[in-house]
Amino acid sequence: MILKRLSRKTFDMEKNLYIVIVGCGRLGSLLANQLSQKGHSVLVIDPSEDAFNNLSPGFSGFRIPGDASQLTILKEAKLEKADVFFATTQSDNVNLMVAQVARKLFQVPQVLARIEDPKREDVFNRLGIETICPTSVGAELFLLSVASGRSLRENR
Amino acid sequence: MRVLIVGGGKMLFFLCRAFTEKGHEVIIINRSREECVHLSRQLSATVVFGDGSDLVILKEAGAMGADVVLAITPHDQDNLIICQLASIQFHVPRSIALANDPDNVGIFEKLGVSAFSTTHIVSRLIEQRASLEQIVNLLPIGEGRVNVTELVLPAYSPVVGKPLKKIGLPENVLVAVVMRDLHPIVPRGDDILLAGDRIVLITLTEHHESAVKAFLGSGN
Repeated sequence: MILKRLSRKTFDMEKNLYIVIVGCGRLGSLLANQLSQKGHSVLVIDPSEDAFNNLSPGFSGFRIPGDASQLTILKEAKLEKADVFFATTQSDNVNLMVAQVARKLFQVPQVLARIEDPKREDVFNRLGIETICPTSVGAELFLLSVASGRSLRENR
Repeated sequence: MRVLIVGGGKMLFFLCRAFTEKGHEVIIINRSREECVHLSRQLSATVVFGDGSDLVILKEAGAMGADVVLAITPHDQDNLIICQLASIQFHVPRSIALANDPDNVGIFEKLGVSAFSTTHIVSRLIEQRASLEQIVNLLPIGEGRVNVTELVLPAYSPVVGKPLKKIGLPENVLVAVVMRDLHPIVPRGDDILLAGDRIVLITLTEHHESAVKAFLGSGN
């Protein structure tokens, strides 16, 4: 189900969007690099300056070193102007908190939070926060591959 | 009452001791194995080792039957999520989060979680206590938005000898009780205030100062 939703939406981004990404680890930087290359305005927030080394030389967006769970940082990021907000840090609770702040206080239209513990997904979906659990998505891909008896690449 | 507290440190220890002394049942969730051992030896509370924002741990700790959940960890994001899980998943009637960063009090409230900041409470108390020595007692209630203040009217008070209705109280102030020679009076508009009366005021925090000034005079 998650996969269907993703494939429909992700690549349908023709106009220039302002995208704020919290967390510049493997996931955050991958998203930032790809979205920046597609011509979107991307802003990345991470407390560790070293994390920004994950951004590719082609990344043309902005970076704010700081803790996104502090309101001042999110204000600095001009969140009220964002079209999309991704929370991708390694801490579920940080992601869930900043995602709610982005959605409820700054009214960002599209908010997605990475969450490692699939048990909590349900609760936060009920709070109106869309979540993506890399573990569940990964497992779904594994199962799909087993069910079809072929590799996913051949499927495409 | 069954109180579930998530956190550690001195605040947790003394809160827990206060609750158990009053006869409440206390359950603690703490992330440090060492501290858990220490707590279970020192307190008559159930101690659960684990992450308080994990649904399994919360369930194990009996969140379902708790009357109150207090989240007082040093991490605001954890406190918020713990309280949201407690109320949404386990239907705990009251959950209260500590906002280490005072800015987060407002945010938590907007996200539907009651919050308090010790920085707020202590600084407010110090300001109020320090400014007026006639104040005998002060109690913040309603997450610190309402104050119950007990004060003794000095002879120089501008309200002494006046009926209550002629005092011209600032808005959002209520004179709840007057203690005169150990007799409590619930005052009406015609009652006259005397020097030495101990009066109990209920005020909204933003009107507290002007209310106290009205009763003690601005010469203070």
